[in-house]
Amino acid sequence: MSNYISESKIQELEIKANEARELLIEMLTEAGSGHTAGSLGMADIFTAFYFHILNHNPKNPDWAERDRLILSNGHICPIRYVAMAMSGYFPLEELKTLRKFGSRLQGHPEREKLPGVETTSGPLGSGLGQACGMAYAARMDKKPFRIYCAMSDGEHDEGSLWESAMFAGKNKLSNLTGIIDRNNIQIDGFTENVMPLENLRAKYEAFNWHVLEVDGHNIEQFIDAIEEAKAIFEKPTVIIAHTIPGKGLPEIEFDPAWHGKSPKPEEAKKFLNELRTLGGKIKSEHQ
Amino acid sequence: MSSASFKGRKDKQLIMLNPETKLIPDLSKPAMAATRDGYGKGLMTAGEKDDRVVVLCADLTESTRCEEFKKKFPERFIEMGVAEQNLALVASGMANYGKIPFAASYAVFSPGRNNEQIRTNISLNNVPVKIVGAHAGISVGPDGATHQALEDIALMRVQPNMVVVVPCDAVEAEKATLAAAVNDKPTYLRLGREKSAVFTTPATPFEIGKAITLRDGADVTIIGCGMLLYNALMAAEELSKEGIECMVVNSHTIKPLDEKTIIEAAQKTGAVVSVEEHQVNGGLGSAIAELLAKNQPTPQEFIGLQDRFGESGTAEELIEACGLDIAHIKEAVKKVIARKK
Ligand SMILES: Cc1ncc(C[n+]2csc(CCOP(=O)(O)OP(=O)(O)O)c2C)c(N)n1
Ligand SMILES: [Mg+2]
Repeated sequence: MSNYISESKIQELEIKANEARELLIEMLTEAGSGHTAGSLGMADIFTAFYFHILNHNPKNPDWAERDRLILSNGHICPIRYVAMAMSGYFPLEELKTLRKFGSRLQGHPEREKLPGVETTSGPLGSGLGQACGMAYAARMDKKPFRIYCAMSDGEHDEGSLWESAMFAGKNKLSNLTGIIDRNNIQIDGFTENVMPLENLRAKYEAFNWHVLEVDGHNIEQFIDAIEEAKAIFEKPTVIIAHTIPGKGLPEIEFDPAWHGKSPKPEEAKKFLNELRTLGGKIKSEHQ
Repeated sequence: MSSASFKGRKDKQLIMLNPETKLIPDLSKPAMAATRDGYGKGLMTAGEKDDRVVVLCADLTESTRCEEFKKKFPERFIEMGVAEQNLALVASGMANYGKIPFAASYAVFSPGRNNEQIRTNISLNNVPVKIVGAHAGISVGPDGATHQALEDIALMRVQPNMVVVVPCDAVEAEKATLAAAVNDKPTYLRLGREKSAVFTTPATPFEIGKAITLRDGADVTIIGCGMLLYNALMAAEELSKEGIECMVVNSHTIKPLDEKTIIEAAQKTGAVVSVEEHQVNGGLGSAIAELLAKNQPTPQEFIGLQDRFGESGTAEELIEACGLDIAHIKEAVKKVIARKK
């Protein structure tokens, strides 16, 4: 039992995360391209962020005292867009414009286009340094809010990310929490074949970070870790969230081929049915 | 001279087209293929011909079309992970040692992210790394501005020793890949993601540094590179019906620029339109303007991105919205002709 969140609130978040997955499939199918695996895998964590963790104001995205959530691996922006729409940043309808000409929902998120995305991302390995800049500046001004930086595992191949990690450790940026989508896939295959990352925990520890590991689909565990990070003094914290790429749709789970493609309409029909019947556990589709 | 009137064929289109260029017989019905596909084919042949050819890729093996090479020559394929700076450095070391490395990623990341690594360790070292920048230009489409490389030609052409090649179609890309494999120089190969018109043939001449006059005309010279050259040819056809005759030059090599061909073309027509899928600042158009300002000052219009980023959309939508389509090329031609004294 969590000390930080009630049983009923967790259930509420789990239902929301499932809704988010449905919206994801719909929007990616409509877009005709985009990144499905990582987005589905981070649905629980983004739901937890937008509906529980973040101190934010969807009606005033530029509110100066808000917590900052940087999405470094910008290619999974569909899940961020879904969570933003669900929490009231913009109408759900707008999700259908993903990747279309003239849309605010660019294929990779852009700060100048959509208020609330905090920064432009897509090119990997660049989010953590920006999060460090925000955390350092906020501490200079004695601001109490927190800076979160969501990263993928594949982007840990980038040297720039480790430069930022070293900076955060040196400067004891305890207002900064990194979250790693440890789904073990990248484009050319499994991370441990493409460019082994392990021992990832030991690497961060060597860089003077506090390291926590959670099941990224266990919302309770994740929220507990976020709370623990707030109590860590003189170190940044990184939460290695073990996730399943494509989570929620067994036939695509763990498959690197789904890194960068979107469902075709026939596939979407099947996927949506699967999500709405909770993998066939219930007979009638819930809505 | 290749820009003389091409006589001997019946209808006007064929009279104006340079028969030596051996383009496809019906320009209005080209097959479609991406330049990255041509690169993939060329790479296989280059690998067969010379076992010093090695391929390094930064977690984009399939989409940069290095996959077939990896399958055929697994021991000569090196997976770098998502690490473009190290990609350039390891490739530099291999070239320094005596290999012929093709280092592939997307152009925004290489030569974008790793520019200084390329500058010092490839260009200044003068070692023959082949930097393969795929998904270049606005035509990468829905991925949006972060992934649309529009400044890579500029980045590469200001580095001494670097050769810069932008193939116009898949067939030319294959030839360019083979030529790069044997030129013994640092070389940047710019490739597109999107399928585009294949209008050259295996018989079309190709030599790095030698521009090709595709079509003759006395009123204006359109000089282009990359897939937009097809739009340039189509614009020339349409303008011909209005009585405007355009010379069309394929300047696939931006560095070293074929100075002789371009100066002579400017002398003959007295007006130039440059066409490229790149910022107008610093690309092919700039290279031409620098050359002509010194040797043959000539009014010029620039087709390209007018100091703006791209955005998400289909390739076709973006080409139109950014003023790279046939209509905009025709407009630029008329504008530059009006500026002739
Ligand atoms: C600097 C940079 N290089 C290359 C890419 C192309 N790219 C996009 S996603 C990706 C794979 C990275 O793995 P990961 O983020 O773990 O993918 P996921 O788990 O979401 O499938 C690559 C190489 C990029 N976006 N940025
Ligand atoms: Mg991953």
